[in-house]
Order: sequence, then C-alpha cells, then structure tokens
Amino acid sequence: MNIALVFTVLVLVAISLWQITKIFELSQAKKEDNQVANDNDNNLNGKLMFAFLLFIYGITIFSFWSYGDVFLPEAASEHGADYDQLMWISFAIILVVQTITQALLHYFAYKYRGKKGNKALFYADNDKLEMIWTVIPVIVLAGLILYGLYTWTDIMNVEENDEALVVELYAQQFNWKARYAGEDGVLGDANVRFLQDFDGRNLVGIDATDPNGFDDVVVQELHLPVGREVIFKMRSQDVLHSAYMPHFRAQMNCVPGMITEFAFTPTLTTEEMRLNPDMVAKVKKINKIRVENSKELIAKGEEALEPYEFDYMLLCNKICGASHYNMQMKIIVESKEDFEKWMEQQQTFAEVIQ
Amino acid sequence: MSTVEAHSGEDHGHHHKETFVTKYIFSQDHKMISKQYLITGLFMGIIGIAMSLLFRLQLAWPEQPFGIFEVLLGKWAPNGVMDPNVYLALVTIHGTIMVFFVLTAGLSGTFSNLLIPLQIGARDMASGLLNMISYWLFFLSSVIMVFSLFVEAGPAAAGWTIYPPLSALPQAQPGSGLGMTLWLVSMAIFIASSLLGSLNYIVTVINLRTKGMSMTRLPLTIWAFFITAVIGVVSFPVLLSAALLLIMDRSFGTSFFLSDIFIQGEVLHYQGGSPVLYEHLFWFLGHPEVYIVLLPALGITSEIIATNARKPIFGYRAMVASILAIAFLSTIVWGHHMFVSGMNPFLGSVFTFTTLLIAIPSAVKAFNYITTLWKGNLQLNPAMLFSIGLVSTFITGGLTGIILGDSTLDINVHDTYFVVAHFHLVMGISALYGLFAGVYHWFPKMFGRMLNKNLGYIHFWITAVSAYGVFFPMHFIGMAGLPRRYYTNTAFPYFDDLADINVLITLFALLAGAAQIVFLYNFIHSMYYGKPTEQNPWKSNTLEWTAPIKHIHGNWEGEIPHVHRWAYDYSKPGHEEDFVPQHIPLKKGEQELQH
Repeated sequence: MNIALVFTVLVLVAISLWQITKIFELSQAKKEDNQVANDNDNNLNGKLMFAFLLFIYGITIFSFWSYGDVFLPEAASEHGADYDQLMWISFAIILVVQTITQALLHYFAYKYRGKKGNKALFYADNDKLEMIWTVIPVIVLAGLILYGLYTWTDIMNVEENDEALVVELYAQQFNWKARYAGEDGVLGDANVRFLQDFDGRNLVGIDATDPNGFDDVVVQELHLPVGREVIFKMRSQDVLHSAYMPHFRAQMNCVPGMITEFAFTPTLTTEEMRLNPDMVAKVKKINKIRVENSKELIAKGEEALEPYEFDYMLLCNKICGASHYNMQMKIIVESKEDFEKWMEQQQTFAEVIQ
Repeated sequence: MSTVEAHSGEDHGHHHKETFVTKYIFSQDHKMISKQYLITGLFMGIIGIAMSLLFRLQLAWPEQPFGIFEVLLGKWAPNGVMDPNVYLALVTIHGTIMVFFVLTAGLSGTFSNLLIPLQIGARDMASGLLNMISYWLFFLSSVIMVFSLFVEAGPAAAGWTIYPPLSALPQAQPGSGLGMTLWLVSMAIFIASSLLGSLNYIVTVINLRTKGMSMTRLPLTIWAFFITAVIGVVSFPVLLSAALLLIMDRSFGTSFFLSDIFIQGEVLHYQGGSPVLYEHLFWFLGHPEVYIVLLPALGITSEIIATNARKPIFGYRAMVASILAIAFLSTIVWGHHMFVSGMNPFLGSVFTFTTLLIAIPSAVKAFNYITTLWKGNLQLNPAMLFSIGLVSTFITGGLTGIILGDSTLDINVHDTYFVVAHFHLVMGISALYGLFAGVYHWFPKMFGRMLNKNLGYIHFWITAVSAYGVFFPMHFIGMAGLPRRYYTNTAFPYFDDLADINVLITLFALLAGAAQIVFLYNFIHSMYYGKPTEQNPWKSNTLEWTAPIKHIHGNWEGEIPHVHRWAYDYSKPGHEEDFVPQHIPLKKGEQELQH
C-alpha cells in the first residue's frame, strides 16, 4: 500500500519534471542560442526557488507526519529522560532556524530574480548585522554547550558502588555474551589468552586462578533488574564493536585490549514497554507488514514470518565484518524478584569448568 | 620558481615546441592539469555514485535478487544476491572515492589549479613540475584504487575510516587482505600528491600575486583554496603516519594499534597497542578533511553568488575571518567522532565545546550569503542555482551538527543513519554542488565553450529534489535507532516498519543518479559542440576573464594585468556597467571600499 503511494508520488514527480522540461523549452521560443540566463530563465527559476521552499517545508511536514512515530522511541532508562529533553530542545532550535533561514534564502532567490535594467543595491558591509549574527549563535550555543556538558558529565560519571549491578558485555564476531559478577560483585580477571582453557568452555576467557571469577555467570541473553543501576564493562576479543542499546540511550565501543564503561538505570520492564501505547501501535504496524510479507513467502512455498513481539535489544554499531548486521542480543528488563529467580538458574564459572 | 621566470619574458610560448605528449599528457600547464584533475575526478565520481546505487538497491529490496548485481559483481553476487562482504566493500570504496578522489582531488585539484594562477594574475603555478607530479601521483593512486576492486578476495571493506583491528587482520574479513594493502598504498600515494599540490598552492598564492593584488583584494575563492591547502599540509601527514603504522602492524608484526586479540581459534601475539590511537590519528586528518572538501566549495559559491547577484559579497572581512576561524577550529574538533570510543569523558567535554564553536563562523557565512542575495539582481544561471542549493543543504545538514557535536546527544545517534544524513548533506551534497557550480561557471574558461543551460536547469532541479528526498528521511530512520553499514535490516523485526522509507530513499537515489547522466551528456557534448564563449560571459570582475579564451602558455599575452580594486565591485554607484573588473583603475575621486 505504502509502496504504491510512493510510486504514485514518483510518477507525479516524473510528470512534473517532464512538464518543467517542456516549460524550459517553450521559454526558449526565440531560438536564440545564448547560454547565459535571460529574463525568462530568471523568472522561471526564481519561481521554482519559491516552489522549492515549499518542497522543503513539505518534505519536513510529510516526514514528521508519516515517520514521526519511529522518531526517538520512549526512553527506558533514568538518564533517558534528560537525554530526550536535551534532544527536543536542540530539535526545536534547529527547526526554528531551519524554517527561517531556508525561507529567507529561497524567498530572496525568488523575490530578487534578475530583470534586465534592474540594478542591484551596492551593499557590501554592515558591522552591526555581522555582530548580530555572531552574538545570537554565541548565546544559543553557550546555552546548549552548558546544558549538554552538564548532562554528559552526569551520564558518563560512572562511580563504583555496592548497590550497582556489574555486568560485562563481551563482543566477538558476531555475537554478544554477558558476564555477571556474581555474589561478590567483582568480575574475575580475564584475558583472551584463557579462551582455549577447559576445551572452549571458558567463553569469555576468565582467569581460573582468580578466585573472584568463580562465581561469575556467563550468559547469552541479558537480564536486568528494573530500577537498579547497571555498570557495564565492555570488552572485545577480536575487532572493534559497539554496544548500542537505543531504548536506554546507551552506547559504548568495545575495544580489544581495553575495558570501556557505561552505566544506566533501567526504568521500564520489558512488559511495561510492551504495553506502552506507542509501542503497541508500532508492533501492530510491524505485524501487519509481516503478515503482508508472509503472503508472498507462502506463495513462493516458504515459511511464514513469526509474529513479532517487542524486546529490548543490544545491537552492534561499529562495522565488524560480514555479519555485522546481525550481531545482536536480547535484553530483558524484569522485576528484582524475577531477575534473582533467573540468576539462580544460571551456572557459575566454577560449575561450568568442573 | 624557475618555470615562472622562464615564462615571464615577452616571448613566452615560443621557446617550447609542444608535442602531443607534453601538451595533453605530461603537461606542466596549470590549465591542462586542472582539466586532467576534473576528468579523472568525474570518472572516479561515476564509479563512486554507481556503487551507491548498487547498495541502495540492496537496502531497499534486501531479499530480492538483481540481475545487475550478477553482471557487475560476478561471483560476489551469485544468482544476483549480494554477498554481505561485498556490501561492506561497496560502502567502503564509495566513501573513499567520494571523499578523497572526487571531492578533494576532483574539486580542490581542479579549481585550485585553474583559478589560483588566473585569479591572482600569475603565469603559472610556482612549480609546474611539482604540479605535474602531483597530478600523476593522483592518477596513479586512482589506478591502484580502481585496480583493488578486481583482486580475488575483494577490495577493502572496513569502512572508509578503516579502523583496525578489522582493517589489520585478514582473518577478520576477506577485504582486509590484498584489497586493504592496495587501499593503503593508494592512499599513501594520494597523500603525497595532495601535499605536493597544497605546497604549490600555498607558495603560489603567497609569492606570485600580480601587482596590486594585496591579500585583502584576493577573491574569496583564492582565500578558500589557500586556507584549504594550509589545512591539508597540517593534517594529511598525520593520516600518512597512521597508514604507515597500520602497514607495519599488518605486514611486520608491530603492535601500534593491536592488543589482546583472539580470532579464528588463535591468540595473536599483539600486545599493548590501541585502536583508539588509530582513531585519533585518523580523525586528526579525517575531520579537517571535511573542511578540505567544503571550504573550496564555499569559496566557489562566494564568487558565483556575488557575480550572479550582481552585488558585492556581503561582509568580505567576515567571510575571510570565518574561513580562518573554521580552519583553526577544524584542527581541534576531531574527537567528536570518538565520543563513544572509550576515550576519557573529560576529553569528550572539550571536544563538544570546540565543535559547537564551529557553528558560529558557519552561521556567519550562511547569513552573509543570504544577505548577498537581498536586493540583488539575481542572474539564475545553473551555477547560481547550484550555489544557492549549496547554501540550502549546508544549512540543513549543518544544523543537525548541533546534535551530533553534542557528546550527550551523540550517544544515541552515533553511527546511525542520522549521521549518514548529516554528513551527506553538509559536506557530500554541498561540496558536490560546489563542484557542479564551479564546472558550470568556469567551463567556458576551461574549454572555451558554454554548457547548455537548459540541461543545466534540469540537472539542478532533479538533483536538488532528489538530494532532499534521499537524505531527509534518513534523519528519521537514524533517530529510530537504525545503525549504518548494515547489509540488511531484516535481522531486526523491530525495524520492519522502516522498509518503506528505505524504498523511498532508493527511488530518489535512482532519480538523482539519472540526473547525473544529463550532466555527463551536457559536459561531453558541450566540450565539442557547445556554443563558443564570449570573453567574459558572466560579466565577472576577476582576472581570469581577461585572459584570452584560447589557452596560451603563460596565461596573458604581454604584461599581466595590474589590480586596482577588490573583486566585488558589482553595481557600484558611479559606473555605467554593473561590474568593474579588478584591473580597471579607480576613477578620479573614486573611493576603494574600505574592507
């Protein structure tokens, strides 16, 4: 349906382009072979400049109208609210400036389109004006910089504390693993040198001589308790990866040879997020598309697509090789009780290597 | 210098007997070299743009086999289904070619070479020989880059930033074998070419200006080319060192960028290096590179907007000051590419501060362009349309820089399509428009013939509409969290609802590609059959239009014109015509504008 709409729009664009070409040709009725713009050209292109302004406004409104729902999904972390507020303020400023400057630019291009015999105003300089459009951006940017830095320090200032849950995110071509620090709250030492110990059962290369590592738990699905700070320690065993969790407004590269950090506090469980009205609408839309696509697949004798249910996700967001596009891990945010119940079922490192 | 002295006598042009080889191939004449740059750049541009259309087809219809893939990619697209490694190779080479070969060499190389001697009133570049070597190194690096597309395991595929370890380890992806070696060799040669060119531009602008051409009377084009060359000389060597260290890590077992790596069942010996170091070195060039691409385009635009508005460029001093400010700031903002690289967050704060400062000179430039249009008598030639288009995309693309330059906001949009939208508009499309504007405006100077204006109008309007059509919606899929450099989005059902947008973007991309065919046809056809040009078709003030239409060695018969005024006396009261070329002496009692 939407593709049909897109095609219709394109056909209309094509027709209008064809018309424009015609107009250009007709405007050359005198058959003069002068390749410098004349009054007809100025007139036509000036008007098109004005039309282009409307096009820019149109595509802005169209995009917000039809894609506004995918724009910046509901935040599910504590700092996410601050992040979103800063984002919306920046966006508001951008939209205002964009609307005004594009209007001036294209309106002037239309209004002052050349005409034989007209003379331009000799106007080369005005210090006052220059001052105005230097000082106004300075003030606006000073505000944005201060606000931004304040939020940045707040987010990036990771302080070790007893309350926080420590989780290692471990990246490799092309999957993710997570390691929990266990009851002692301390991750055991680890290095890629230990990966081949215990016939490959040492999935993230924990140092078996470090007692802190015995109660560590390595899993392939990330579970987080709601409302508790999580401090992530990122590692990679081969190339650069980036741990990207868009719903939590979180991202940090995983760098071989060093440990990077990011921390946030999840505020909405997976269940709560699934009930969020925007998310319900989005999932409904996705499933409609999947049903449509399934029809084609079934016609080709293939299996239908599974219906989609929302889950938080961790994506790789740094180019890392062939399957970069499919390097993902499911994240489940749940109540403290559910989290602990789940944790009890997991094997510790000591149990794995026995 | 000796070349210039040799030509500065009365009898220049007579003591050389030119053969086909010295005139068209190993030419030391800046005008011929500029044409060589342009044509090589356009050729590379065709490859770069064609690649983008291929991966756009893949992104719009990821499950769909395309016959064209099999035709063009052969065994890398069995049955018309593109291999993921090839997708990455295409985006990598597209980026490399467009940024370096088209928008650095093709744009700066062409117009710096053409305009620096002609607009400052010099017989040629300071060193014709270096200039020739610079071009041929560029040619060689282009040949190697194109050649790398044909190696067995495919070309480099680690993204145009080629971050190690991905780019360092052949085990990590097929493209990191011979393809990456060739990429590095090609880029090393390219950097040498760029350095030779830049040094030549700097020396020429400083030493060879004609009498009366003080720095404050330089056209803004020359200011832009000059400062661009300075940025290039400062930052390109750092990329060269990064490339050399990477070559050593790859081939000689050093550990500059590598440490603690386990790949394909094997622990590698590398210890103590850091990929973050590479990122610093890369972006120390990589960010100034954005301005190496953009400043010449802005310089060209300044000249074309003033000429076609029949008005002085508004705020000449502020324009020069903002070029200088941008150049200075551009060298201290590279860290904004690394907010989530794992570097110290405090550094992130510093880079946020310097980065957002760049918005100030940029805003000054944008407002000055707009004010130049105000109460003008706009001659809407194709070059003028592209210049206005440039200002438009520069604003649209530049504004989202406020989000990406802010470390906090970057966290969630870093490496998503939001970034792709931002930089394509602000530097890709803007610089491309600058290139087109320059070609439309100076084609008569280069080839003695005019480009067809109606084809130019069609080219502009289709391109302008489709450029917004391609990149505007990308902001939205980026904000939705879609990462760039994904072969397909189908691995995440969460992104299924973005499929339509991807189709729309691809359709606009195909339309944009088609518009470039119009341009190519116009270019080639007009080279041979275009209307012969008048001496000064756009009624412009700058010196190049006083040189004879037919190219001669040494640029001017007889003495080089002297300069008596700045380049922007358009519609000056007290003059009959609406332009007063720079070589016309001041009338009695006429004040030169204090600027």
